[in-house]
Amino acid sequence: MSTATTTESKELAPVSTESLAALLISEERPPRPSAWSASMTFGWRAMLKIKHVPEQLFDVTAFPIMMVLMYTYLFGGALAGSPGEYIQFLLPGILVMSVVMITMYTGVSVNTDIEKGVFDRFRTLPIWRPSTMVGYLLGDALRYTIASVVMLTVGIILGYRPDGGIVGVLAGIALLVLFSFAFSWIWTMFGLMLRTEKSVMGVSMMVIFPLTFLSNVFVDPKTMPGWLQAFVNNSPITHLASAVRGLMGGDWPAAEVAWTLGWTGLFVLVFGPITMRLYNRK
Amino acid sequence: MSTQTSGLAIETAGLVKTFGETRAVDGVDLSVPAGTVYGVLGPNGAGKTTTVKMLATLLRPDGGEAHVFGHDIVREADEVRGRVSLTGQYASVDEDLTGTENLVLLGRLLGHHKKAARGRAAQLLEAFGLTEAAAKQVKQYSGGMRRRIDIAASILNTPDLLFLDEPTTGLDPRSRNQVWDIVRAVVAQGTTVLLTTQYLDEADQLASRIAVIDRGRVIAEGTKGELKSSVGAGSVHLRLRDPDQRTLAADLLRRVLDAQVQLEPDPVALTARLGTAASDDSAAEQASRALSELSRAGITVDNFSLGQPSLDEVFLALTGHDTHDSDHTDDSHDPKDEVAA
Repeated sequence: MSTATTTESKELAPVSTESLAALLISEERPPRPSAWSASMTFGWRAMLKIKHVPEQLFDVTAFPIMMVLMYTYLFGGALAGSPGEYIQFLLPGILVMSVVMITMYTGVSVNTDIEKGVFDRFRTLPIWRPSTMVGYLLGDALRYTIASVVMLTVGIILGYRPDGGIVGVLAGIALLVLFSFAFSWIWTMFGLMLRTEKSVMGVSMMVIFPLTFLSNVFVDPKTMPGWLQAFVNNSPITHLASAVRGLMGGDWPAAEVAWTLGWTGLFVLVFGPITMRLYNRK
Repeated sequence: MSTQTSGLAIETAGLVKTFGETRAVDGVDLSVPAGTVYGVLGPNGAGKTTTVKMLATLLRPDGGEAHVFGHDIVREADEVRGRVSLTGQYASVDEDLTGTENLVLLGRLLGHHKKAARGRAAQLLEAFGLTEAAAKQVKQYSGGMRRRIDIAASILNTPDLLFLDEPTTGLDPRSRNQVWDIVRAVVAQGTTVLLTTQYLDEADQLASRIAVIDRGRVIAEGTKGELKSSVGAGSVHLRLRDPDQRTLAADLLRRVLDAQVQLEPDPVALTARLGTAASDDSAAEQASRALSELSRAGITVDNFSLGQPSLDEVFLALTGHDTHDSDHTDDSHDPKDEVAA
């Protein structure tokens, strides 16, 4: 502490009250930013955070690579005869699973960030209230995109060949990122609702593991018992995985895409307002 | 507008906030005239921060009502937000971002275009003597620098009402004086400032009216003069050359000043607490009278200083208990109130 004070008195220039007074003479206040502009500004904040703390990209680079390698070689031989065969089926699914798992970190970062003083300032600004949260999720959408590109690259190296070509692959990623953006509102809700980072993590695990594993990511649901099929066939993750698999495989799975978009809308409509209610009360 | 009609920046009636069993704010009535510095004085946990948070629309009151420039803080929260700025007890800026990034971010959120936001950020950093630190992350800033960037962020758009929640807690005297200069400059341009503080001399330096808060209630309110006359004028600390003369000096002070005299552990030091009885004269007048009497009696004074009444003395005079007692009923839900830096 004493060192900080001494460096301060050495380095810190005095406050110039004259130029301060000149700055304070009220000029015309600019009009309030639009909802879009405020959200994009918070998105920019998220990018700046990535720039200053690049280590946080670990979970969207190393983790997805590990997922592809692990499941391809673990299950490939048993389920499809060889890892090379299996990856044709697995890659879109494991892509969905990993990115949806990564969304979980949103809750943790909201939970730690909200306790900081800067949130008091954001909440006293006359701006569109959800823009703070939307900005978060826009920053996260970038992370999801990075994770998708990383996994696809690894997949292609391992022999995955998407029949849908570039258009199909891009459409698949776009759908996945859109879904993840909507799905993340569950985590912003938990991030605001629960008291500690650990409890957020714990609850997230309880939701994410059954939801992602009980799907058609790894195997065809026809091999499962009937009661489980009922759950798996109606899970949003199954619809999303089928839609992404279809799009990347060159089909146009209209029904699955429609189901996925329906779930996407539902997540935003249900968890968006709950999140904002909690945010306003915090 | 309602500002002109009432001339009040803040008006609250019976404001209440409870946290579980604790009534952190228990019926606060305030009337803050526009264009002045209004001091809210009280110990840790008295309810100062909770009151400010309600007025800044961060917390919803559980009872009573409050208007900021005539706007209801609950029903017209957005109008209130358009006119106020808050500098909290702890840096209300993003510690991961640099000084420039923080100010540009807020400038953009206040509706400035990119170029205007950059320009304003650079000007503010310059005025606050932070140009050299502009590209550093705020977490590397010293306490005084944090305060500055924090206040700079609050005046990006000159607010009509600025909340400063304990702006100098934990600062060294030099940084504290600089914060005071900034507050004076801000008020000189017409902004109303609501300042919370634990230090009587800070309220004395800056505020024109002061409310003393204890256990969620306003226990005294008035101008500085009114408040002080209720507590006494302060105290005179003396150091003599010859310890043998101390008893003599103490007797003389008791007689001349009608003061309580306390002998300090240091054998040459003593303190005279100036009573309310003689408070027609200022503390300085009383002290100079005492000094001349002492020299006439042949007592050599090496050193003397005038002390203002402390917050403890104000509290003792107003409540009959000292500041530490109220720590038991503090809003301990709020860790920020507890961890005084």
